Amino acid sequence: MADTSSQNRAAELLAKTPTRREAYEADVRRRSNRIALISTVSVVLAIIVLVPLAPGWEAVQRAFFNGRVFAATFPGLLDAFLLNVMIFAWSAPLIALTGLAIALCRDARAPALFPVRLFGIAYTDVFRGLPVVLVIYIIGFGVPGLGLPRPWNSPYIWGTLALVLVYSAYVAEVIRSGIDSIHQSQRSAAASLGLSDRDIMRFVVLPQAIRNVVPANMNLFIALQKDVALLSFIGPVEVFRQAGVYKSLYANFTPYVGAALIFLVLTVPATRYADYLMNKQNRARS
Amino acid sequence: MKLLATTALALTISATSALAAGHGACAADKTLTEGTLTIATGNPAYYPWVMNDAPESGEGFEAAVAYAIADKMGFGADAVTWVRTSFDEAIQPGAKNFDFNMQQYSITPEREEMVDFSLPYYTSSMAVLTTQSVVDGGAEATLESLKGLKWGAVATTTAIPVLNDVIQPDSDPLLYNDNADVNAAIMAGQIDAALYDLPTALYLSAVVVEGGALLGQFPPERSERPDQFGLLMEDGNPLKECVDAAIAELTESGELAAIEAKWLAEATGVPVIE
Repeated sequence: MADTSSQNRAAELLAKTPTRREAYEADVRRRSNRIALISTVSVVLAIIVLVPLAPGWEAVQRAFFNGRVFAATFPGLLDAFLLNVMIFAWSAPLIALTGLAIALCRDARAPALFPVRLFGIAYTDVFRGLPVVLVIYIIGFGVPGLGLPRPWNSPYIWGTLALVLVYSAYVAEVIRSGIDSIHQSQRSAAASLGLSDRDIMRFVVLPQAIRNVVPANMNLFIALQKDVALLSFIGPVEVFRQAGVYKSLYANFTPYVGAALIFLVLTVPATRYADYLMNKQNRARS
Repeated sequence: MKLLATTALALTISATSALAAGHGACAADKTLTEGTLTIATGNPAYYPWVMNDAPESGEGFEAAVAYAIADKMGFGADAVTWVRTSFDEAIQPGAKNFDFNMQQYSITPEREEMVDFSLPYYTSSMAVLTTQSVVDGGAEATLESLKGLKWGAVATTTAIPVLNDVIQPDSDPLLYNDNADVNAAIMAGQIDAALYDLPTALYLSAVVVEGGALLGQFPPERSERPDQFGLLMEDGNPLKECVDAAIAELTESGELAAIEAKWLAEATGVPVIE
């Protein structure tokens, strides 16, 4: 009894006083934190001190960081950004669904479905290979040019279609990589339980595949937030276009900086979240 | 008679060269490259401002004005070099690659805080470009009727404030990068009408836009802020006074009006919007 209590005390003591190794490691940690702090502060200071010393700084400041122009244009930019959010909001689900459909096309294994598979391959090859702007131009001006009546020739409809076409090709490839990452043995096991091909895909493969590719798809959706701005090429006045209008009215680039800030407010948290998901997944795997 | 003509010619030449020398002194040491005047225009430069995208020919309103100004400043045609810039390059901070930039830049007080403008060399009406089918559909040259149209414009122009402040359309206008995109939208029926400066609108309706028509114009004398084109220069460019002197001289002597009459079509047939 006395023996065990003294053992416990020894253990407690051990837990409280750090070993020499722990002390050493803590020391190293403190040291590296100190160095990181000093180096960060000196780099930031150097930027703050040195950049304004450049001979053209005043001109750059006037053209890009003009407080007066910023104050005059920022509310208008925020208004215009609503349109970005709306376009994003209706495009994203369409892209997710189309991407999934294309990925399934590419995974069609029955011989009779070979044309479907071929379609999937051609689709991803073509739309991954084209610049987004080009597709937006061709579809945004080309299709309405066929003589569609209003409102069916709206640039919102056809611009959205262009975004969906291009981005669903990317998403399809990501989802396909997720599907491929599920081992064949799982399909075999499911088949041996009597599941049909369809049910295997639906209940066994896809739930795991989609979960695996969530971080990769997050990246695509962050990219989509920015590419929504490309719709401005065919007319819609979203934040990038509105900034361009202000730029030409004021002969000043500050509105672009304002637009950049608005984008960052949205994309930085999204990027952090994607990183977090990716780390979580890595931890779960290891 | 021949003697008289020769004397007159000699007199004119000496007078011109004396004049040129006087202005040449003004521009000395102030240009980008000593002895040459570097003028920037758009890429591409549009008709009727520059014909065939070749400002070197001196054909087209702005090309002709540029050579006239250069001449008044003491630069012969062979001492003029052309470069191309976009709007953004023209207003970016830092060293410029041109002495002045000429591509229908409207003078506004806001812009003037960032760059310098010369005296105006042209005052333009704003004109409504549309198609015959829209006119047949009942569109008229009245503000009331214009409000109901679906509007488009080039995003980098001063047409935007006119659209928003004067016309105030019922639905949000669509904005585009350049003339070509606006025309594509008109032809695709995505917009009913677009707002341009009058010479551009005349050209587009006659040549580029299929079934194009001019619905009407907002004449400059009725506008609070008439659309005046000036040469754009770097803020604080010492050349400004020489350029201004040259333009003032061209305006007073009537040469500017003559160039305008030669290159820009008469616009009397376009109805005025009340």
